[in-house]
Amino acid sequence: MIRMQDLQKDFTVRVKAGRLRREKRTVAAVDGVSLTIERGEMVGYIGPNGAGKSTTLKMLTGVLAPTSGEVSVLGLTPVPQRTRLALRIGVVFGQRSQLWWDLPLRESFRLLRHVYRVPAAEHEARLRRCRSLLDLDAFLDTPVRQLSLGQRMRGELTAALLHGPGVLFLDEPTIGLDVVSKQAVRSFLAELGATGDVTMVLTTHDLADIERLCHRLVVIDHGRVVHDGTIEALHERYGSRRSLVVDLDRPLPDGFTLPGATLTGVEADGHRVTFALDTASAGAAVAGLVSAASVRDLSVVEPDIEDVVARLYASA
Amino acid sequence: MGGIDASVLTISPGRPLRASVTTFGALVGSGFRRYATYRQATIAGSFTNIVFGFLRCYVLLAVAAGAVGGRPGGYDTAQLATFVWVGQGLLTVVGIWGPPDLSDRIRSGDVASDLLRPVAPVTAYLAADLGRFLHAVLTRMIGPLIVGAIFFTLAVPTRWQTVPLFAVSAVLATIGSFGCRFLINATAYWLHDARGPLVLWTLSSGLLAGLYFPLRMLPEWLAVTLWVATPFPGLLQTPLDVLVERDPPVQQAGLVLLQACWAVALLALCRLVQHRAERKLVVQGG
Repeated sequence: MIRMQDLQKDFTVRVKAGRLRREKRTVAAVDGVSLTIERGEMVGYIGPNGAGKSTTLKMLTGVLAPTSGEVSVLGLTPVPQRTRLALRIGVVFGQRSQLWWDLPLRESFRLLRHVYRVPAAEHEARLRRCRSLLDLDAFLDTPVRQLSLGQRMRGELTAALLHGPGVLFLDEPTIGLDVVSKQAVRSFLAELGATGDVTMVLTTHDLADIERLCHRLVVIDHGRVVHDGTIEALHERYGSRRSLVVDLDRPLPDGFTLPGATLTGVEADGHRVTFALDTASAGAAVAGLVSAASVRDLSVVEPDIEDVVARLYASA
Repeated sequence: MGGIDASVLTISPGRPLRASVTTFGALVGSGFRRYATYRQATIAGSFTNIVFGFLRCYVLLAVAAGAVGGRPGGYDTAQLATFVWVGQGLLTVVGIWGPPDLSDRIRSGDVASDLLRPVAPVTAYLAADLGRFLHAVLTRMIGPLIVGAIFFTLAVPTRWQTVPLFAVSAVLATIGSFGCRFLINATAYWLHDARGPLVLWTLSSGLLAGLYFPLRMLPEWLAVTLWVATPFPGLLQTPLDVLVERDPPVQQAGLVLLQACWAVALLALCRLVQHRAERKLVVQGG
């Protein structure tokens, strides 16, 4: 479906050097990315600001010509075959709009049907589906400029899907949305992905999007892929562990150890301790604690993907 | 999502031309509706056109009164009044000072959405501009024409071919104006901002298209050079000269032919520039 081989994009920037002189410097925004994405996959593509995520997406959609390397989407080469590719992909940019600012959504959709030359019956069927899943009816006749961000985003998603694309590129589709709108967008995408017909590439800074939607996670930093695999594999690789937070009546005795777990935090004069579970199961650790100390309350905390990714960004 | 599948779509695959015409028509319609949204702007714009119409008309009539034989540039007073009042209406129809949509979208990076459509950007922008043209023909032309006819004596065409020729000429002027503006705006692909070139365009187009004074008042060698070597006279002066029957029939038709050549050349140049730009394009923003 999508193939990238040693994909590279260099930008030339002019840097001030002295009073009048400016030096040209080449910056690699994407630096030798090779990836293959199969049909029906949902891939999260993440990285810190300026890592090269959007640049990659622009090259995949044919908006930006790569400096070197090869790229093919649905068997087409994006830049030279851009208009043909456009008929078969859908793109949502969270920070831009592809709708007509002055026109109501209904008009935009009607226009898109003609632009993409979709038969009327197919168009109707898809629009009906989006209307019910994304609750569009309440603002279908409002000009786009008067829509709230959440409403507009739902409109954007519909617009990207009305021609039945085989690949959907989503560049930060949940940026700036409130919790309810985020949920709506995520569950819509999840349902779309569950059919297995649509391949999705999603960039985001909200890792909850990834956890909810993507099996595969590609992390890019300074234009290079630093991780490609499942979220679990990422946790494993960066040694993130579940932890056990325990409230105690009295502090633990000095020198107390819990087999297979490490004490990572002591708070409230020793009345609250945190153990990271290395090899011990949560059950064994709880049993060990209860037999040695008077436990008032405890909770098991799942590893936080935000922490892992923060560590990954910092180390890269 | 049963309704959304990955099939490749075609509308009446055997008739690609008809499908293209439908698409183009839909885009023209969208341009029309975009402008139809702003009714107050239409009224305010017409009012401004009319105020400036009086100003220009009295200045030109004063010039005519002082000129030898009372025919500056070969126009009589009715022709001059028609030149001004139809010109005031035509100004927004042709849209030489139309909105800088393209350069704004390049600057903000929204041009990426244009590139993600299965329609060539020049075609899509031209269609939208023709929609704007249709809207202006219906709303902006009429006001100045009525006011001009009430307060001044206007020239009435005497040849049967004048009105159809004028209609063709006005469409060609619009296409020419679109081509020029597209090229000026496209400088933003390289400069990131087209405000400098746009200021230059605003100044030169008003002067060289015959808005400030009829170009026939210039020395003949200069007027001919402008007509042949630049697209400017074709944007406003030519349709007005056609309408007021400034020249004999053959020359009247010849001017429209010249306009057509410029329109084709400009559109070809737009395509070329757009193609070049896409190769070096840097889409702004993340």
